[in-house]
Amino acid sequence: MTSKLGRMFATLAGSAGWSMALAADGPNQYNLQPPVSVIAEQIYDLHTLIMWIIFGIFVLVFGVMTIAIIKHRKSVGHPAQQFHENTTVEIIWTVIPFIILIGMAYPATKTVIAMKDTSSPDVTIKATGYQWKWSYDYLQEGVSFYSNLATPRDQIDGHNVEARKNNPNYLLEVDNPVVVPVGKKIRIITTANDVIHAWWVPAFGVKQDAIPGFVRDTWFRADKVGTYRGQCAELCGKDHGFMPIVVQVVEQDKYTQWVAEAKQKMSAAAPSADPGKQWTLEELHAQGAKVFGANCVACHQATGMGVPGTFPALAGSKVVTGPKEEQIGIVLNGKPGTAMAPFKHLSDVEIASVVTYTRNNWTNKTGDIATPADVKALRK
Amino acid sequence: MEAHAPDHLHGAGVHGDHHAHHPTGFMRWVTTTNHKDIGTLYLWFSFSMFIVGGILALLLRAELFQPGLQLWEPHFFNQLTTMHGLIMVFGAIMPAFVGFANWQVPLMIGAPDMAFARMNNWSFWLLPPAAILLVTSFFVPGGATAAGWTIYAPLSTQMGPGMDLAIFALHIMGASSIMGSINIITTILNMRAPGMTLMKMPLFVWTWLITAYLLIAVMPVLAGAITMLLTDRHFGTNFFNAAGGGDPVMFQHIFWFFGHPEVYIMILPAFGIVSQIIPAFSRKPLFGYSSMVYATSSIAILSFIVWAHHMFTVGMSAAAQLFFMYATMLIAVPTGVKVFNWIATMWKGSLTFETPMLFAIGFVFVFSMGGFTGLVLAITPVDIQLQDTYYVVAHFHYVLVAGSLFAIFGGIYYWIPKWTGHMYDEKLGKVHFWLTMVFFNVTFFPMHFTGLAGMPRRIPDYSLQFADFNLISTVGAFGFGLTQLLFLYVVVKCIRGGAKAPDKSWEGAEGLEWTVPSPAPYHTFETPPLVK
Repeated sequence: MTSKLGRMFATLAGSAGWSMALAADGPNQYNLQPPVSVIAEQIYDLHTLIMWIIFGIFVLVFGVMTIAIIKHRKSVGHPAQQFHENTTVEIIWTVIPFIILIGMAYPATKTVIAMKDTSSPDVTIKATGYQWKWSYDYLQEGVSFYSNLATPRDQIDGHNVEARKNNPNYLLEVDNPVVVPVGKKIRIITTANDVIHAWWVPAFGVKQDAIPGFVRDTWFRADKVGTYRGQCAELCGKDHGFMPIVVQVVEQDKYTQWVAEAKQKMSAAAPSADPGKQWTLEELHAQGAKVFGANCVACHQATGMGVPGTFPALAGSKVVTGPKEEQIGIVLNGKPGTAMAPFKHLSDVEIASVVTYTRNNWTNKTGDIATPADVKALRK
Repeated sequence: MEAHAPDHLHGAGVHGDHHAHHPTGFMRWVTTTNHKDIGTLYLWFSFSMFIVGGILALLLRAELFQPGLQLWEPHFFNQLTTMHGLIMVFGAIMPAFVGFANWQVPLMIGAPDMAFARMNNWSFWLLPPAAILLVTSFFVPGGATAAGWTIYAPLSTQMGPGMDLAIFALHIMGASSIMGSINIITTILNMRAPGMTLMKMPLFVWTWLITAYLLIAVMPVLAGAITMLLTDRHFGTNFFNAAGGGDPVMFQHIFWFFGHPEVYIMILPAFGIVSQIIPAFSRKPLFGYSSMVYATSSIAILSFIVWAHHMFTVGMSAAAQLFFMYATMLIAVPTGVKVFNWIATMWKGSLTFETPMLFAIGFVFVFSMGGFTGLVLAITPVDIQLQDTYYVVAHFHYVLVAGSLFAIFGGIYYWIPKWTGHMYDEKLGKVHFWLTMVFFNVTFFPMHFTGLAGMPRRIPDYSLQFADFNLISTVGAFGFGLTQLLFLYVVVKCIRGGAKAPDKSWEGAEGLEWTVPSPAPYHTFETPPLVK
């Protein structure tokens, strides 16, 4: 407790000298993130402009109020005058703000129109929101992948506080980042699988809701090579805070190379790679642990105990220890009326392995395996 | 606020004794049709909901004290944010203003009671069951709804039975609000004392008249939205389910068509209270009375055409975004007029700074900051960057806490001598103001920074660059919460005793309510006063 209090006061004292401390290192904590696209820059400038206007109004209006508070108080003997109407003044302070507003609306209008212009992109990427991860499809290149939070669970739940302290990208890191070429117009098409999410990267000035059943789009052109981080910005359920977005902006040749590698990796991972492969329980279990960590752990928990009343336990579950066909069916098609979403998008191998994993982990000891062929047979 | 409007204090000549027979004890409050009793009930109900909502806020701030998940599962954290919002909006702020309306509107227009006294009883007694539904929803399987106070579909269709309880609670509270509004409108339009023309009404009465119309216009819209949600959840409809041909964005349009006027429902009566307090302690009539009335009406009308500024990121056409941006910016004009008029009222007055005035000036100052950030958020491109960040959290707490809540505190200090017959403890009142003001800013000012820097709202854990400001916010929140216990103490102390309040409790106070004894007798204005 003492150390906690000590840390608290240290932080409070530290925050007194924010400007000094933070000018030196670390990300900007007071203002919009440094813009790396035209739109983000316009947003930044608009915000700065408005803040100056506000500052002017603030000084003027509250200057007058402060004078009144100091000079027109009863304790200094100021008598109350009884004036209470002046149409000229009322008109003046209606018209002047109106003119200021027009001055603000003009640049804002230009930016709005520019933001909506998603025509002639160089790269088009479809971002699909899932509870709670993103998937990306490069429409021309044919590259597709899922992007999960990469921060280890033990940093989040406090079992590894040291690692958390030394992790500058805590909660803002993913296993598979989006890779885009620098200086090219990137069109992002958003949609969602379950509920509404929002794809947001502050440095690009891009935030677009991802709405199930609907397609929306937005765009950016990154000016600078680098890694840019954002988060889901629309409350989407339990792990809303744990589905970051990471975009790596690279040179064109590196991008081309990345696309080639990504395609190779995809074909290697494709279920058709080796349809005849005979899987052992150990292989499936090992593979399934990874799939579970990426897809299931958020709700069903690493202990397999779920969250009582909200997310059912898998350890000791009748479904998981019952016939495997039924379990595969639920993983494939979800369970209507509950938070259990369909996981059809996973490959046969992934589903087979995660089902095998859950059937042979924790207290579950069915000893049987679900094979990719079983999954394939149950797909509709 | 007072538990003992004692019969023996009935001032001679104000009324007879023949109406004084009413049950005592518990049944008095259950069966009462007296506007003062009902006002008192509303205010105590509001205060208890304020405490419940405040505890939820402190629980969620405790989790945000430092990075990592320490106290709550993310799902429970979402329940906390959701229920904090619902309880504060529908349980604390709105009923508090209805409490003020019940106590003050008849006293200020010289009416003996509200127009529909029995319906008045019913509109209050609907609230406790609704509150019980909301609070007990934490204990049903799956817990309370965790879909945010905006209960956006389709997230809200995923929720457990807690969502249904919230829907029923909102239905009941909506019915209560509509009945209360009908009552207030009828009272104001039909029961004013002879000579009190509309343009002679105190501004608090004006703002409530306009607010009541807003309530009648939009509460049914909310009822429609949540009914559709209910049938989507249980009866196979697909209003908001894209897979069945519905549209999730439609929910947001309907919700915010209710939600934006709702924001003004929570601030217009606050404008009214402040417009009573500032002239009283400036010893000078309100500057620009008629322009205040027109400004309030303009704000109310504009509130119906700005709703989609809450939804700039859903992907509307450029034309729609521009329309809603311009309309939203327009609201700055009448709001500015109000602020200028308040300051002009203070200008060359003879100011004193008792607690009500402190809260009123604090309101003008800090609410204006909320207005400024509102202007920032009106600019569509900037809003797209800031939507669903802590900047928005800062903005709406500046207008709802520093706005509505400060005005409620100011109003209570202003009128409590009339309600209890005692002056409150001025020293403690001032301590309450300054602690509230300081802790409010310690809590919410840093949120502007975290929001600008990119911290999304409604997250239980955050990346490390937001740690310092979140720690400060949490410290401020606990200070703010504890300070409100001092407020409770001041109020209870004032009810129990204190210096005897004169009929006209404040030197510069004007209005019919100051012509009746303090405490106001159980029945007032049985013979209407004549307004010159």
